[in-house]
Amino acid sequence: MKPRGSSRRNELSMFGDALAQVGACGLFLLTVLAAIPRSLRHIKETIRQIWFVGAMSLVIITTCGFFVGTVLGLQLYYVLSIFGGTAALGTVVSLSLYRELGPVVTALLFAGRAGTSITAEIGLMRATDQLAAMEMMAVDPVAYVAVPRFLAGVIAMPLLACVFNALGIFGAHLVGVTWLGLDNGTFWSNMTSSVDVWTDVVNGVWKSCAFGAVVALIAVFQGYTTAPTSEGVAYATTRTVVFSSIVVLALDFVMTAFLM
Amino acid sequence: MAVKRRRNPYVSEIRPAAGSALIEIRALHTRLGGKLIFDGVDLDVPRGKITAIMGPSGTGKTTLLRHITGQLAPDSGEIRVDGRNVPTLPRGELFDLREKIGYLFQNSALLTDFSVFENVAFPLRQHLKLPEDLVRNVVLTKLQAVGLRGAAELMPSELSGGMARRVALARAIVRDPMLILYDEPFVGLDPIALNQVLRLIRTLNDTLGITSILVAHEFAAVARVADQVYLIAGGKVAAAGAPAELARGESPWTRQFFGGDADGPVPFHYPARDYRLDLGFPATT
Repeated sequence: MKPRGSSRRNELSMFGDALAQVGACGLFLLTVLAAIPRSLRHIKETIRQIWFVGAMSLVIITTCGFFVGTVLGLQLYYVLSIFGGTAALGTVVSLSLYRELGPVVTALLFAGRAGTSITAEIGLMRATDQLAAMEMMAVDPVAYVAVPRFLAGVIAMPLLACVFNALGIFGAHLVGVTWLGLDNGTFWSNMTSSVDVWTDVVNGVWKSCAFGAVVALIAVFQGYTTAPTSEGVAYATTRTVVFSSIVVLALDFVMTAFLM
Repeated sequence: MAVKRRRNPYVSEIRPAAGSALIEIRALHTRLGGKLIFDGVDLDVPRGKITAIMGPSGTGKTTLLRHITGQLAPDSGEIRVDGRNVPTLPRGELFDLREKIGYLFQNSALLTDFSVFENVAFPLRQHLKLPEDLVRNVVLTKLQAVGLRGAAELMPSELSGGMARRVALARAIVRDPMLILYDEPFVGLDPIALNQVLRLIRTLNDTLGITSILVAHEFAAVARVADQVYLIAGGKVAAAGAPAELARGESPWTRQFFGGDADGPVPFHYPARDYRLDLGFPATT
């Protein structure tokens, strides 16, 4: 059995390491932000990354958005029918999607699909000295590699969340109106009359931008600081998903509290 | 960080002669992971010459290149490249200096998403606004020099180790730098490619006056191109001079290194406990 003091020291050391990681990530964010003007000359790379993390994520986002919408439609129809309020299906589905589910679920999917690939790609570049080679060619890897991926995350996330919301509402409409027989006019008119563009849609977009920035930052940071081994890349990829998920959900609570 | 200086009985204190040197290293001390790498190294790399850095594995040859290019800061000491003290240079000036340096990595470090052509064109596209025709001609000229013009459209994953090194070499020389650092350039090359690379290194030096630093273990190859050799061992410069002079050297370092003997100042075995104990035999008293 280990002495009690030793386990206490281990816990303190782990806490210290975690704090050091957060601090390092904060400093890395400052480095990335400072490198944005320099990265403007690599605008083609930024566009390529938007295509890679955005357009290439469309399949998973549309599929998941559609099925989340259908499940939401089914569950809410059942609950609302208990109170005789099925007419409010469009309102409840759209508010849930715009305000919470759209940004949060898209961010979690984005972390799994794009975040992991960003971490693995940069981690492999680190392991094979590609980042060092760029440094040696007087090309700043933060401006050329990190910033385009970070910006791509910030830009692509809200767009993907909008697509997710649209497919979700389509799925709920399909279940509620086409399958369960809710009136089409009631579904749309209740939705349009109760959803406010600024407080619901735009706030959701702000959340998506923040989640995109957080997930992209974690993904880039993990890749950039990974141990240059295959095991190191594997751990970094896992950490990207775990840390992104935790931070997105925690940030969602904080942002919701401030935006409501 | 203060470095404890120890006198190594095998190593003579070799000091470079004063003169026109592109690189001047003075009192270099480095400790990595608790291991002493450099314990007061002084060396000069003359302009327009090919200088080889040799020494046993793990003696810090690649670390020395990383110091020269500012990738790694030493604990103490001065590293002057073209008159500028590298460890104290701000990032902008360090990048300005690196634009004049070509670096051939030990593992080639080609950008895996780019074709051979784009890898060689990368430094040109990043720093110069050249017309596409000119970029194409420069890149093809460099690829022709390393015998890989026909492989321009291949991806790095389609190249053998030796071919990848030649592409990396073409990329290192694409901007005709003032200084080229070759880290193990001969590894994986067949005799034909080796011969051509040696000729290329010599030609670059003779025609363009490029200063070269060559880190290699193949003494026969080094002897064909290098003007001077530094043998680094035990954290210091153990021997220095022309290749032929060094091969005839009488110091225990040169005798062991160039003779390839297991016994000598450089231990062949990594430090370990008693062999018999590891095999499960009782310890002898």
